[in-house]
Amino acid sequence: MTIRISAPDTASKGDIIELKAMIQHPMETGYRSGSRGENIPRDIITRFECRYNGETVFAADFHPGIAANPFLTFYTKATESGTLAFEWTDQDGESWSESHEITVE
Amino acid sequence: MAENSFTLTRRLMLTGLGAGVLSSALPFSALGEPEDADKAIRDLFGDGEIREGKVTVKLPPIAENGNSVAITVSVDSPMSEADHVRRIGLFSPRNPIPELAVFELGPRAGKAEVSTRIRMAGTQRIRAVAEMSDGSLWMGSASTVVTLAACVIG
Repeated sequence: MTIRISAPDTASKGDIIELKAMIQHPMETGYRSGSRGENIPRDIITRFECRYNGETVFAADFHPGIAANPFLTFYTKATESGTLAFEWTDQDGESWSESHEITVE
Repeated sequence: MAENSFTLTRRLMLTGLGAGVLSSALPFSALGEPEDADKAIRDLFGDGEIREGKVTVKLPPIAENGNSVAITVSVDSPMSEADHVRRIGLFSPRNPIPELAVFELGPRAGKAEVSTRIRMAGTQRIRAVAEMSDGSLWMGSASTVVTLAACVIG
């Protein structure tokens, strides 16, 4: 599962920083048919969370109306040096995560 | 009698026509109605008054492919401890499932703006509803003309 994160490595305390997170996933809607007319079952990521030193600063619930390879741009205030953790969970509870270290001066 | 049988024939014809329209509509029965979006908004945010304003939705005026359309929603809020956006919901009046996504924010977000990419089952006006920390609800919307809808092309 390919994950791409865009986040600054350093920031000044109080800065509002832009975070971008993308995960490779088909986000199969459950409304499509295969080549033999069979229904392709739904397979989607349902939850995304971003934690800053353990505290959730942004989260999202996804439905099938979110495009394949779900992509998000959002913001958070740089408060302290530490870890930004990004986690995606699918409808079956399987999850994938990535983290990014940030230094705040 | 002759008139009667004519009426019957016409009625039969109309019934047949109706059935034809119905069956041709079936493949699209998965498409949603605007009322479904209204209900989804109420299910998520409750029965409080929803006012127009504060919420800005950015969508391209025309999208060639409904499978992936960039959307940005922003809310006019200081994003302080006392006054911030708690949740933003995106809703489609035409997709099979009206809810697209729900974003959870808070004072630590710093800025109430989120971008993602959505599927659009045809030309429509996407609605965004924001719930503030005081419980008030605000709505904004934007529309896109979709030339090739998601779902239909598979």
